[in-house]
Amino acid sequence: MAKSFEEINAKIATGEAVVMTAEEFAALAADEGVAHAAKRVDVVTTGTFGPMCSSGAFFNFGHSDPPIKMGEITMNDVPASGGLAAVDTYLGATEPSRTRGIEYGGAHVIEDLIRGRAVRLRASGPGTDCYPRIEIDTHVTLDDLNQAYLFNPRNAYQNYAVAVNSGDRLINTYLGPLLPRLGNATYCSAGALSPLLNDPLYRTIGVGTRCFVAGAPGYVAWQGTQHNPDQARDDNGVPVAPAGTIAVIADLKSASHEFFSAATFTGYGVSAFVGIGIPIPVLDEDLAATLALTDADLTATVFDYGVARRSRPALGRVTYAQLRSGAIEIEGKQVPTGPISSLTTARRIADELKRWVVERRFTLVPPLEPLPQPDTGAPAPKPLEIRTEEAI
Amino acid sequence: MARVRLDLTFPPRQATKPVTYHLVKDFDLTPNILRAQIQPGQQGRMLLEVSGPREAIDEGIAFLEDEGLTVSPAASDIELDEERCVVCGLCTAVCRPGALALDAESAALVFDKDACVYCEACVVACPRRAVTLRF
Ligand code: SF4
Ligand code: SF4
Repeated sequence: MAKSFEEINAKIATGEAVVMTAEEFAALAADEGVAHAAKRVDVVTTGTFGPMCSSGAFFNFGHSDPPIKMGEITMNDVPASGGLAAVDTYLGATEPSRTRGIEYGGAHVIEDLIRGRAVRLRASGPGTDCYPRIEIDTHVTLDDLNQAYLFNPRNAYQNYAVAVNSGDRLINTYLGPLLPRLGNATYCSAGALSPLLNDPLYRTIGVGTRCFVAGAPGYVAWQGTQHNPDQARDDNGVPVAPAGTIAVIADLKSASHEFFSAATFTGYGVSAFVGIGIPIPVLDEDLAATLALTDADLTATVFDYGVARRSRPALGRVTYAQLRSGAIEIEGKQVPTGPISSLTTARRIADELKRWVVERRFTLVPPLEPLPQPDTGAPAPKPLEIRTEEAI
Repeated sequence: MARVRLDLTFPPRQATKPVTYHLVKDFDLTPNILRAQIQPGQQGRMLLEVSGPREAIDEGIAFLEDEGLTVSPAASDIELDEERCVVCGLCTAVCRPGALALDAESAALVFDKDACVYCEACVVACPRRAVTLRF
């Protein structure tokens, strides 16, 4: 019994579609079997809300009189790119402020804009015949901007590492403070609610997929940077370490501060919690089987961040259920765990997306182009070698 | 056996008097200094956990007051700004006594103030800067 996107969309349009969150779907499948759940449910919604460094926004400020070709640009003292057209810019989430360092960065500027706050825009330019102004100092709000859209080159990582530290001093990482001698373990995935873990082979998620981005309706724009479909997978075909990623785009003017929150990791830098949710059509039983997986079925690999090299030693695999229990065992030692990805917000996103599909008739589209698939010769992420021009 | 948490304020002249020593020696109590801010010649504060028989604790408190200290039950020193908190849970990964934990069912953040030892690990770890320690 297979269903098509068209059949599911027709049901969404008439309000007959049965929509469940991934957690609800897994519970139903456990009670009544995957086959029954696959037949009964049309769409499963997912959600994740964790720090996603590769995020940022494009802005167009409009032209001043006389106009300026903005070269060096800051927003609340956070540098933005001057490398686009006269009044276009891209502000990266991790860019630190010139005056407040990592306590305030690009992500904080974007959050302030979403919250309706005015942001101080300063820029200087070379002064040309067509753009004579050489300096500008003004304030802008989100409403003032002609365009403002999130374009996040890498979000919603399909699985992530569990981080521990075997060294003998505390280290500050993008996965939080890691206590010495395996003193704690942190992890960062929504597990059974995570979008790409629910469609591990990217059958329904690809370029053009409609999704939830920071509270706004958006799209999967492209494969994310470092997309790695050939990562090791378990018997269910689910990656056991960081694998697929997506780039997403959405109108910042429709975003909500509830689903975009600036973050500062002490001793590391600025990042942004971004809410991503993807509705997955229950096309057939194969897809239903992965949608029904729970935290007890999904595993992540423990890596030792005490070794500051590109390849960190792997110390085994644990399930998300074990991680959520508050402690895992590594090398015979009980290690307390803590997450970085908010499960309560991931649940809210999956619920919100369910409401969109049911009430706002948010329909689904098949991928315009698939993400690079496993075992099709997709190039693995390449390392950056340090070499001279002659060596090439 | 009882256990109380006291917020002590020292008048400037008293700042160096070894009150915890007397609590041990004269009242057979077990004091545990959770946090102290004491400088000679200035008013000081100490967050002190004391355990022992109830009567001994009361006598100990009376002794402290006789010594000119102001004694009050420990106030809410760690503050969680729920507006800023995104319930990520990272603070629970660094809280060794387990004062901060996520509820197993709802995944909500629960703070057990009695278990907190005021180490400030959560203050430094919180990516939303949602936890602050007053005093
Ligand atoms: S680390 Fe901060 S934001 Fe995260 S749960 Fe703890 S208090 Fe809330
Ligand atoms: S101050 Fe220390 S003990 Fe208290 S809640 Fe924070 S991490 Fe836990």
